Order: sequence, then structure tokens, then C-alpha cells
Amino acid sequence: MSQSYNRGLIEDFSRWREFEAGMWAWIFHKFTGWVLIGYLFTHIAVLSTAIPAANGATMMFQGSETDVFTGTIVSLEGLLLVRILEVGLLAVAVFHMLNGTRLLLVDLGIGLEAQDKSFYASLILTGAITVASVPTFIAGAF
Amino acid sequence: MSTQTPTQTEESSETDAEADAPSKGDERRDEKRRRAAEERARRQAEEAEKAAADEETVELKVFRYDPEVEGKQEPRFDTFHVPFTKGMTVLDALMYSRDTYDSSLTFRHSCRQAVCGSDAMFVNGGQKLACKTQISELEEPIRVEPLPHAEVRKDLVVDMEHFYDQMEAVEPYFQTNEYPDGELEEQRQTRENREKIKMSTRCIWCSACMSSCNIAAGDNEYLGPAAINKAYRFAMDEREGEDIKQKRLEIIEQEHGVWRCQTQFSCTEVCPKDIPLTEHIQELKREAVKNNLKFW
Repeated sequence: MSQSYNRGLIEDFSRWREFEAGMWAWIFHKFTGWVLIGYLFTHIAVLSTAIPAANGATMMFQGSETDVFTGTIVSLEGLLLVRILEVGLLAVAVFHMLNGTRLLLVDLGIGLEAQDKSFYASLILTGAITVASVPTFIAGAF
Repeated sequence: MSTQTPTQTEESSETDAEADAPSKGDERRDEKRRRAAEERARRQAEEAEKAAADEETVELKVFRYDPEVEGKQEPRFDTFHVPFTKGMTVLDALMYSRDTYDSSLTFRHSCRQAVCGSDAMFVNGGQKLACKTQISELEEPIRVEPLPHAEVRKDLVVDMEHFYDQMEAVEPYFQTNEYPDGELEEQRQTRENREKIKMSTRCIWCSACMSSCNIAAGDNEYLGPAAINKAYRFAMDEREGEDIKQKRLEIIEQEHGVWRCQTQFSCTEVCPKDIPLTEHIQELKREAVKNNLKFW
């Protein structure tokens, strides 16, 4: 790439339009992977309140003394933004899993002719599972 | 209507018209003007008729760049209108543009039947072989650009040297240490083995896959789909024997060999010869793993 001639933005625009299924799958897989890594760090931060909680640390939550772990989780769950993000997290995780299975099949050399169809299938399934999860995640948030 | 004789008589009559009767000469000049106007009108009508008849013209936007010509150092797109004929390919349209409008329009082409592999281009945002891409299947205006991820030499011509280097890196020729007994014996291949490597032998070295590959774009050392396919063609050929296959696998499984592939399927999508490149790369990955796994 370093040696190639830069033909400016125009070229990149037309290339965007022409992405095929396999390329989109790769982009989404990378994206969801990075999102999951980011989530993992916040997840560790929340879970690590369990150690002081085990040692008897408490915090004030809704006027009463609760241990830090429960308090943190319940207060986070009380935020509308967190509820909505949880739906997004599920969508990201489900797609990453399904596409990961698809990539496993590709690595085993199974169904390479149908790789675009399996990508679309994983997209549709992700959508369906996400929609089905909305009542569970959003219940009582509004 | 013949044009030869009237002009001759006009010339001769005009000279003697000037000599004695100016009125007669005026008359003739009027006549001549009238006839010229008629001729012009006729030709215009003909042109209009022709334009109405082949209403179907295609609009081509062609990338132009030439570092050696002052006016072309800044890359630009030129628009050409080409009359459409049934079965016209992008290459036909380019050749028409070059022959009719601008003889400096530069692109590679040779056999015009998808065999020589010299006219891979970036057409409407995809790597296509210009000679087998039908105009009728494309959206207008048709954008023709040189292959991405390669240095542009001039207009649609890119530097293929790096691609050829990668192709040659996998030793794309038959090698064997196992010869048949008789001196004049043939090295026969089983039908099954031939079927196995059949698709991989169809590569025409057009570089469309290499240009479409996202990984090859970012990693100049990556062998690229075409070279790995070439390696597949020989590694899977049973006539080469075990020791040569071992040598080939060593080339394939280097750091910038098969393991760079991230199965984006771009190469398989653009290959004008429909070679299942990703499938071949994946199979070589499995071969490489099998080659290195030891359970004792």
C-alpha cells in the first residue's frame, strides 16, 4: 500500500459501494470483536466491586445501606442508557457468535459456496434474537 | 450525387465568369451557395437521423493520468459517449473511445477473449476483466479506473511487477524427483487428481484478485490469492511427489503465506475465471496444519 499511487477520495467512495457479503461479514466481525473487548473491560470494572463488597464495604443506595456490588449493579440497571446498550451488547455478541460459527465452517472448508447466504442468515438470526430480547431488557425501564 | 464533375466545371466557369459577365458569375456563386446550404441541411438531417436511430449511446468516465504529460499530471476523469452496439464490452467501448476521440487513451489489451489477462480494470467499483464485461450489465455512467492498490503508470495501465514477483515466489512450474521408469514414459496424472486441480489451472494472471484483496493492500509481502492458487495447483498435483510438496508447503506456510488470508472472499467474487480462490487457500491452510501437527 505504501508504494501505491494515491488516487484520492473518489476511488474509495466507489469501492465502498461494491463491498460483497464476505467483506461485510469481515468488517462486522472486526467491529463486534472490538466492541466486545471494550465491554470486557467495563465488565471487569463492575465485577471487581465484588471484592470490597465481600470485605463488608457498603454504599448509600436509595436511602439505605447496601453492599457496593449490589448497589453498583442495581444503580446501573436503573439507567435507561444502560438498558438500551444492553440490547446492543446482545446484538453484537450474538452476531459475533453466529459469524464465528460461520468462520469455523469456512475454516473447515464446509459450504464455501454458500458463505454469503450463511452471512445473511446470521444477520437475520441476530436481528430476530435482538428483537425478541427487547421486552426482557427494556421491561420497566420507561 | 457526384461531387467531382460539378466542382471542376464550377472552377473553370468561374474564371471566365469573372472575365466577361459578372452577373453570370454572381448567379453561379448564388447557385453554389444554395447548393452548399442544401448539402449542409441534408448532412445535418442525416446526422440527426443517425442520432435518433442509435439513441443508445453509453457514457464512459475514464480515469486519465500521465506523470510525463504536463496537462495530465493531475488525475481526472474524461467523459466519452460511445454508440452502443449489441454485445459491446467495456473493452470495445474503450477501443472506440481511443480510436474516435483520443488516441492517447492508454490501456492494456491483447486477445479480447478473456485469455491473456491483460485488461483487468476497476469498472464501476469492482475489479473486472474489460473484455468479458458486458456494457448492458452495467449502470451508467460507467466508471473505468486502473486497478486499485497498484501504482498507475499511465491512464488505465498499472505496474504489475509486484504481482509477478509474488507469482514467481511460489515457483509456478512443475518440479519432480520421481520419474517414470522408461526414458520416454509420460508422467501421467489420474483423472481424479486432474479434476481436483482443474479450476486452479485456469488462472490468467490478470491480478484482479490481488487488487481486490484487502490484506494484500496492507501487506506488500503477502503472497496474494493468485500466487497461493498457483502454489495450490502444484502442491495438489500428485505427480510432483512428497519431497517437492514438502518444499511447496514450506513456502505456503511462511508468515506472509496462507495465514494472512482472513476469508473476506473478495478474490473469489472478482475472479473472472471463477476460480474458488478462498476454498483453495483454506485447503492449503488445513494441509499446512496437518503437515505440522504431531501427536507423538
